[in-house]
Amino acid sequence: MAKNVVEVAAAVAEAVKLCEPKIIPVYPITPQTHVSETLAKMLADGEFDGEMIRVESEQSAMAACIGAQATGVRAYTATSSQGIALMHEILYIAAGMRLPIVMTVVNRSLSAPLSIWNDQQDSFSQRDTGWIQIHVEDGQEAFDTQIQAFRIAEETNLPVMICLDGFVLSHVFEPVKFLTKEQVKKFLPDYKPEVSLNPSKPVSMGTLGTPEYYIQFRKQLQDAIKKSKETITKVNREFASAFGRSYGNGLIETVNMKGKKSALITIGSVAGTARELIEKESIGLIKVKSLRPFPGEELAKACEGLESVGVLEKDISLGGNGALYDEVKAALYNLEKRPNVSGFIAGIGGRDISLNDMEMVIKKIKSGKEGTEWVL
Amino acid sequence: MTLNEGAVVKEPGSSKINKTGSWRTFRPIVTDKCTGCRICEWYCPDSAIKVKETGGKKKAVVDYDYCKGCLICVGVCPQKAIEQEKEKR
Repeated sequence: MAKNVVEVAAAVAEAVKLCEPKIIPVYPITPQTHVSETLAKMLADGEFDGEMIRVESEQSAMAACIGAQATGVRAYTATSSQGIALMHEILYIAAGMRLPIVMTVVNRSLSAPLSIWNDQQDSFSQRDTGWIQIHVEDGQEAFDTQIQAFRIAEETNLPVMICLDGFVLSHVFEPVKFLTKEQVKKFLPDYKPEVSLNPSKPVSMGTLGTPEYYIQFRKQLQDAIKKSKETITKVNREFASAFGRSYGNGLIETVNMKGKKSALITIGSVAGTARELIEKESIGLIKVKSLRPFPGEELAKACEGLESVGVLEKDISLGGNGALYDEVKAALYNLEKRPNVSGFIAGIGGRDISLNDMEMVIKKIKSGKEGTEWVL
Repeated sequence: MTLNEGAVVKEPGSSKINKTGSWRTFRPIVTDKCTGCRICEWYCPDSAIKVKETGGKKKAVVDYDYCKGCLICVGVCPQKAIEQEKEKR
């Protein structure tokens, strides 16, 4: 199919439309708005059969998703920043109830000070909620991964959030190859959950977990999200054989690694900036696609034999380090020969990460420095 | 309780397994002043009170396996027929 030059947010909306969610509860927040506005127009124009619920908050949006999905239909929502923060409580419930809700997070920083611009503190801070969290680099990956998200969610009974950087990715126009309705129908079977709310066969969902049981449910959820790695890689493979596009193994993507002594590890759209320099600078690139489940073993394997790696991220776990830096470091601990690990906090609150910044970061990684620093 | 994904209970009635009477701090005691008017039965949030008839006299009977000791029954009884007593354990 021909490429369309579209705004990435509109490409995401197109992908969602092709997956035909029946219920879309949504509350407007920048920079997610272009996703939900495009979906609202598509619904108004009768392009697909669904219903949008205009809720009074993001907490209600997620609660409505849970109610809708529990009745056995696809529910979808999109949010950003304060919106996902307000959902926090309900995110745990969606995962604990094993409801395969799909959400797009258009990443934006958190107040205060108030900022509408991009970084990834908003979704990173939801990493313990039991949601699968996948980050994308460009418009095509956003479109493709959005479709994969429904398959991954429904095969694992886990909710999935697809994260894309606000403005620097969501609001740019890129050539994106769309899929047809028939292609998506073949790739994504109808949603038929084993259990759903039905008056003729009553069930209770997410019931009381007394101390005898609660810990076992938590272990069950942890096992499921760990095991979802297999589903994510399988769906990535099947997507590749159906449509000819894949993104690493679905969990991480390695570029220009052969014979290299150092690698830059990053996540999201900034990987695109790194691609401009890695050949010239003779450094490998490891793009983390899945933050949850965390691909620790895969990262360790990719870093085997390297002398130094550096983690560049648009996140800070205040009082600690960048969350990705800490997790990468932990993942590499068991390597026989551990590379030096440096961390770079950059691009917070929409600060551009320029090629000059990236060049400086790469030089520092290659020098084998350790510890975290800010790119200001 | 079976560990169904998402803490789903597929068959009704599973709350019977969980004997919440052990949570009780105060125990309601129905005295002979009870007329069997059933107000406590309606108000009991755990459905742990049933009015039963023995020898022609109606009286509220508390199921201590499930009574959590909230004492709403003590408050609503128009005859002040329900007393309370601290649980001894």
